[in-house]
Amino acid sequence: MDPTSTAVLAEGLRKRYGDRYALDGFDLRVPAGTVHGLLGPNGAGKTTSVGILSTLLKADGGRAEVAGHDVARQAAEVRASIGLVGQYAAVDEVLSGRQNLVMFGRLHHLSPAAARRRADELLEHFRLADTGKKPLKEYSGGMRRRLDLAASMVLAPPVLFLDEPTTGLDPRSRGEVWEAVRSLVDTGTTVLLTTQYLEEADQLADAVSVIDSGKVIAEGTPDELKSRIGGDRIDVVVRRADQLPAAAAALEQVCADRPDTDHDTRRISARVKDRTSALAGIVRALDAAGVAAEDIALRRPTLDEVFLHLTGTATATATGSGASGGTGDGAREAVAA
Amino acid sequence: MSITAPRPMDRAALAPVIARTPLARLRWAAADGWTVTLRGLTHWVREPGTLIGSLAFPVMMVLMFGYFFGGAMQVPGGGNYREFLVPGMFVMTMVFGMGETVTAVAADKNRGVTSRFRTMPMAPSAVVVGRAVTDMLSSLLALAVLFATGLAIGWEAHGTLGETTLAVGLLLLLRFALVWAGIYLGLLMKGPEGITMVQTLEFPIGFLTSAFVAPSTMPGWLGTIAEWNPLSSTVLAVRELFGNPGFGGDSWIAQHALLMAVVWPVVLCAVFFPLSVRRFRNLTS
Repeated sequence: MDPTSTAVLAEGLRKRYGDRYALDGFDLRVPAGTVHGLLGPNGAGKTTSVGILSTLLKADGGRAEVAGHDVARQAAEVRASIGLVGQYAAVDEVLSGRQNLVMFGRLHHLSPAAARRRADELLEHFRLADTGKKPLKEYSGGMRRRLDLAASMVLAPPVLFLDEPTTGLDPRSRGEVWEAVRSLVDTGTTVLLTTQYLEEADQLADAVSVIDSGKVIAEGTPDELKSRIGGDRIDVVVRRADQLPAAAAALEQVCADRPDTDHDTRRISARVKDRTSALAGIVRALDAAGVAAEDIALRRPTLDEVFLHLTGTATATATGSGASGGTGDGAREAVAA
Repeated sequence: MSITAPRPMDRAALAPVIARTPLARLRWAAADGWTVTLRGLTHWVREPGTLIGSLAFPVMMVLMFGYFFGGAMQVPGGGNYREFLVPGMFVMTMVFGMGETVTAVAADKNRGVTSRFRTMPMAPSAVVVGRAVTDMLSSLLALAVLFATGLAIGWEAHGTLGETTLAVGLLLLLRFALVWAGIYLGLLMKGPEGITMVQTLEFPIGFLTSAFVAPSTMPGWLGTIAEWNPLSSTVLAVRELFGNPGFGGDSWIAQHALLMAVVWPVVLCAVFFPLSVRRFRNLTS
């Protein structure tokens, strides 16, 4: 595919369920060879949009093209150009990994010999060659997902849809899936990724669309998106609760606006303008005030904060899931105090 | 960890094949249907327990009913209860088979396998054709096992070879109708609870027939329902074709069992085939 061309195009897509619009004028343009993240809370329309683009659902209005083919009129051509990885590993649990891939190869109309060759090639590429003969019941969550990716790459399609590919995976498996996705992007595959985790979009996506109530409400690179709610934040955890007021006063001298204090976790949080100078300033100010800090961390806004800012609704799963929750394990650049 | 650099096959070998003529579509529909059937048959080899269980269950039922309850049973018009029972169990085996259809279809749908198939450049019909062929083969196998069991406990097919063949054909026709009912119900299922319900309902629906006892022994209104149960027509028809004992009754429906053993399954197909196709096309997940 021409690298300057558009791999996925949606114009004014609408989809109605009863009297509710799941999609209400959804627009999207994904340049070929890029990874585009679709972020939004539950029920925002992420899965519906992927459903229409992958020919599973019929739109009630608007139009869409995938790999240059109209999804409504040229469904067969679209299906020959895409791979879909849904929210569950959509593979046969009884068959072995290799038997799965040979079956999918045959259903993609490869000859028996070509299907076997392609299966071995994919098993090796996704580092499943050692376990290819085992039944899937013995696979870990990450292995299952990698096989799922492999099954969607049988024809090396130019466009790949990933619908929340790491939901429910442990951090290690999540890393494995990210690695596998990056390796596909390196070969020129265009990826449309839906996720609830900002960290995931951060790791993989060149550009992100934030979607709410069936419409795109913000677009940009992950960095642009985060800076829209006001840059970095600093968290300070003090050792003793009675030092909270002194610490808050010290932070206020250095930070852009009034810090928020959380007594239960002994945490003070504030927005900062310049990350590195702010960190040095806060360490000095806390020192001068005689406050013993247990932890000081500079971090990016979390997904929850981005959504609260953009949509006024917090995501249901982000808090406490550990993936992109309050402590921001991945986005955080921690300094142990 | 690192993932090895991809060494994709010759791109030309991976070029998608899109069927454009009706003949090419038909050829791929057959090839894809066979691939999905092979998947079902591979399940038998890799997990024989499920198949063995489904073959053994009707055998167990026929032995239980034949020997635990058989002594207390009166066959209307006289005769050996086990000879009366075996044709009923043939029909019940077809009903139990529907439970397997529902389970398999629901599992594929709920795991997203059906969605994956629907986004692939394969023939959409292959998903259901493969299911239907696998389930028909499994039911044919179950019939053969039960046939042998019947012969071992004193049941016989007294009719001509033609009548016996027709009886087996009627049983498979019923199973074919239940494939479509099973596919439709499976596509409706949201979780395992529904499947348990279908498997539980098989018993009252199967028992409310002339399979185990004559409807004339039930309370009047219940007996009428049992007579009009589509399964009863197949039970009476195969009992007649096998020349087994048991007077069906004087009612119109009992007197026209052979006709109705064709009509009922055709009606079931006419209802559930379009429903299944519509449901399959409009699946949202």
